[in-house]
Amino acid sequence: MDQQAIFLTFRLATLTTLILLAISIPLGYWLAYGQARWKPLVEATVALPLVLPPTVLGFYLLVLLSPRNAAGRAVSTIFGHPLAFSFAGLVVGSVIFSLPFAVQPMTSGFRSVDREIMEAAELLSSDRGRILLRVLLPLVRPSLLTAVVLAFTHTVGEFGVVLMIGGNIPGVTQTLSISIYDQVQDFAYVQANHTSLLLLGLSFLALLIIYGRRGRAGV
Amino acid sequence: MSDYLQVDVRHTLGDLSLRVSCSLSAPWTVLFGPSGAGKTSLLRVLGGLIRPDRGRVVLHGRTLVETTSGTWVRPALRAIGFVTQQPTLFPNMNVTANIAFGLSGLDQRSSGERVGQMLELFQASQLATRMPADLSGGEKQRVALARALAPEPRLLLLDEPFTGMDADLKVSILEPLTAWLAARSVPALYVSHDVAEAFQTAADVMVIDQGEIRAHGPAQAVLATRREQLLRQLGEGTG
Repeated sequence: MDQQAIFLTFRLATLTTLILLAISIPLGYWLAYGQARWKPLVEATVALPLVLPPTVLGFYLLVLLSPRNAAGRAVSTIFGHPLAFSFAGLVVGSVIFSLPFAVQPMTSGFRSVDREIMEAAELLSSDRGRILLRVLLPLVRPSLLTAVVLAFTHTVGEFGVVLMIGGNIPGVTQTLSISIYDQVQDFAYVQANHTSLLLLGLSFLALLIIYGRRGRAGV
Repeated sequence: MSDYLQVDVRHTLGDLSLRVSCSLSAPWTVLFGPSGAGKTSLLRVLGGLIRPDRGRVVLHGRTLVETTSGTWVRPALRAIGFVTQQPTLFPNMNVTANIAFGLSGLDQRSSGERVGQMLELFQASQLATRMPADLSGGEKQRVALARALAPEPRLLLLDEPFTGMDADLKVSILEPLTAWLAARSVPALYVSHDVAEAFQTAADVMVIDQGEIRAHGPAQAVLATRREQLLRQLGEGTG
């Protein structure tokens, strides 16, 4: 099995999941309770990766991150190098591609909290951060777990976006799913089988965690 | 007690059009009216859970809501305690943590002392470490009252908190509650649709129907002038 690809994939998935957690909690809260008229626009944008072919998303990200345009140049200045065909570029692409898998469970979780509980909290504390940390997050823990597991496993299994943005550079941007593709191209079916089994086991375990948790919670 | 609360609000909520103008001065006022008359909606406006379409709410000289100037004080900053018919405790916190939630301005020691006082007041010290799921309805309501009083509000809103309780249990909660309120001169606005209860317990009664205040004054005076109408309204409202 390609140890380098395993390490790189899990590093990418861990980083992506952490970033997505930081984004999805406040964004999910806002989507659940916010009153802005343009909320549907944000909801549609967040959900776009669910319906968009990964290659389309990868293509536009590649164009956006190119040093030939202002946005790409600005990002290159921040990171010190162009993001296309780099690990940092993979992280950006993965965060965007897995965004709905983290945000939607959080939004549903926040929406499922009784309005009376929210009101009781608002009557006692004007600190929304405190309400979020002490009341809401403990109540939406199953949704948080779902968001983490889905974001992590979805990132581990990415192919199209990763290939478009990162190319296929061993040790830099070659993830497990691309490694499988390479192995099949090289007729290395035994190796491809081992790597595929790893991803199959991981995906099954992730779903088992989510459904096991739901079963215990009676939902 | 001089007028502590001035209300002049207009708000449309579904079929209900709330048009309330009143001033409250009695330490204990019962807001009485049939189901759907706007009792709960008025309390929610006062508590800050509903933003009225138009109007003004002033508590102890402090403007809480003024739609013309855009003044809006958040619920937790209004110094108003609110207890609903169904006590909503935070299910992930034990009784102590529930009561302490509104005491973020106090240090840990003072907060602990206040929680202890509240539990003692409602004879609930033995519940301190219990979780809400393990409490009976009456115990939950004691904790909800303790939690509402712990931040020492300047007005207490009670939305039929004793519905469904037997008389002994109700008295065992009402007695310490009224004593606590009287000792601190904290007024209460108490919602009820029980005509007997309204006129037995109230210093003042405010009758609301179809979103408007129909009568307001000392209980016996309101009862004397509107007895027949009140009983008819009650019969219609509760079916």
